[in-house]
Parts: sequence; C-alpha cells; structure tokens
Amino acid sequence: MANVELQDRRPLSPHLSVYRLIPTMVASIMHRITGAALYFGTLLFVWWIFSAAVSPQYFEFANSIYGSIPGQIVLFGYTWALMHHLAGGLRHFMWDTGRGFDKHFSTKLAWATWGFSISATILIWIIAYAVR
Amino acid sequence: MVELALPKNSQITEGKTWPKPEGATNLREYRIYRWNPDTGENPSIDTYYVNMDDCGPMVLDGLLWIKNNIDPTLTLRRSCREGICGSCAMNIDGTNTLACTKGSDEVDGAVKVYPLPHMKVVKDLVPDMNNFYAQHRSIQPWLQTVSNEPRTEWLQSEADREKLDGLYECILCACCSTSCPSYWWNGDRYLGPAVLLQAYRWLIDSRDEATGERLDDLEDPFRLYRCHTIMNCAQACPKDLNPAKAIAEIKKMMVERRV
Repeated sequence: MANVELQDRRPLSPHLSVYRLIPTMVASIMHRITGAALYFGTLLFVWWIFSAAVSPQYFEFANSIYGSIPGQIVLFGYTWALMHHLAGGLRHFMWDTGRGFDKHFSTKLAWATWGFSISATILIWIIAYAVR
Repeated sequence: MVELALPKNSQITEGKTWPKPEGATNLREYRIYRWNPDTGENPSIDTYYVNMDDCGPMVLDGLLWIKNNIDPTLTLRRSCREGICGSCAMNIDGTNTLACTKGSDEVDGAVKVYPLPHMKVVKDLVPDMNNFYAQHRSIQPWLQTVSNEPRTEWLQSEADREKLDGLYECILCACCSTSCPSYWWNGDRYLGPAVLLQAYRWLIDSRDEATGERLDDLEDPFRLYRCHTIMNCAQACPKDLNPAKAIAEIKKMMVERRV
C-alpha cells in the first residue's frame, strides 16, 4: 500500500458539512465573529472621539450619523457584539483556571452567553434612552 | 489551514439505493458514505434498508447486517463490539462516536454514517490513522525515569493513582481529535485532544520523571496552543472523558512552572 499515487487520490472525509452544530461549538464560532466585529466597532468609537477633537460642527455631524436610524442599528449591533464577547471572554477566563469543563455545564453556559448578551444589550439601550 | 469546502475529488455524490429486503416490515434506512479506491470515482452516499426484526440494536449491528445480507463490499473497522477497542469510531448522525455503543434508536430518521471527519479515506468508513498514531508516538507515551530502578514495582499512593482516573480509560479511537475544528484545520501541527489527553496522563503520573522535558516538547504555538476550548472533544468522547480539561491542565502546568 506504499503507493504514493493512491494516497494522493484518497478523498478527504466531510467535516463541517456533516458535523452537527452543538451549542458549545456555536458559542466558540460566535466568540470569534463578535471578536472580529469589535475591531470595526472600536473604529466607530475612535471616529466619534476623533470628531469631538476636530470641531463642534464635525462632532455634530458624527452625532447625527450615529443618531440616525441606520446608525442606531449599527450601534445596537456593536453593543450586542461587545456584550457577547464579554460573556464569552469571562467563560474563557473561567476555563483558564481549569474549572467549568463538565460537558453539560458548558452546554448550559453556551446558552447563558446568549441570554446574557441579549438581555444586557436590551437593558443598556433602555437605560440609554431613559437618561437621554 | 481553514478550508470550508471539500477538495474536488472529495465532493460527495448521490449513490445507489439498494433494494429493500423482501418480506421485511420493520425497516430502518441507513445512508452510508462510500468510496472505492479502485474506481477513481468521487465518494457517494448509498442508501440501504435494514430489517430491524433480524438485527441487533446498535448501529454497528446495522452496518454488519448490511455487510452480511446486502452488500459485502461495505468496508469498516470493528473488533470488540463493546466500546473498548475503539476500532468502529465513525461519524454517526452528525457526531463522532463508536458504532458499537450507539443505539440506532438514539437516531431520528435515517441513520447517516460517515468516516471520522477531515481524514484521508482509505475505503468507505476506514480513515487513514497514520498521522494520528505518529502524533501519539511523538509524546513518548511510556513511563520515563532517571532514578535507580526499584527492586519491585514503581509505587504510587492511592491519591496519586486517582489522578489518572479519567485519563487512562482513553482508547485512542480518535472521536475527539477528529471532532475538533482546530484539528481539522491544523492537524499536521496541532496534536489534537486525544494525544494531548495522553500527554497529560504522563505529565500527571507521580512515577514519571520526565515532566520538564514533556512540557518543553509541548510548549509550542501549534502542538498545544491550537486548543481554543471549542469543547467538541468532550461532547464527542464515547468514554465520557474530558480532553478539553486535560489540555487546560497542561496549560496551567506551563504557567505554574514559570512562576
């Protein structure tokens, strides 16, 4: 069987396309996606700070964009990504201490990450609108 | 490297639907990955119908019923049929497990069977395990000592022996390693959950005296640190072991020896 040509012809067995998505796996993927989204979100934040340093008119312009409906939707998404990544980060922090590895517990925690990020995001926006 | 799509020669086509067994009323549909090295064609999914009135309860029973009664060319590894040899590890109903301990009644609908994911296929459900075994060899899975040999056995306290529980039971079936996306993308350099659990089994053994060298060997961005705690390994292990936790313990040992 030391046939190089045959070994080259061997197919790769299917992976992502056949593996059942499970909560812990999705949580890991979401942690990556939200982490990447935070780079973009940080740029939004930096531009806002930057606009305040430029001039009052430019700050008003930035505020008007962030205050518009599409702007608010993007900021809402940024808030959620931040909260989701925060919850995921705390999960990883716990794991780094060697705790919380039970498979049933980690599945519950994966769901809790969603619960926390969604409720925290809504709460932040309720508070933000209330104090405006 | 992350490659979401399968290479051209690996894309799966619809295969043959084999006739239902005559006179059977209690049928179970099996959809099974096939690849024949002799034809050069792409892999396909064949559909079989198993007479459950004439067949044992486990997925392995179903596969062997097919092999005995419908299609003798169906190729798979199996040996002990009681979850201790690890030969019949495969992807069943979307999760890696042992066909011999997975009940077909645990599966809803057709029983879908693939080889262990992201492996080179030798034939049908038989993956090439050479890389996996070579990685296991690389961690030197045997007791290493520098002290003089004792007159009798190397002794160990009960408490120290208990540290091996949850580790020594590993049967090296590779269900965990081939469930791990990090191992899929970097299996050439990342050791994967099974081999790292084995590495920890020797690191934590009170009798072993090569702990420092073992840690040196693992201190590598790929060999150890490609683990991102995705947890597929612990969810898949048919022996209910926890490779993710073993890997976390190795990472902790790395930190502890530095402070």
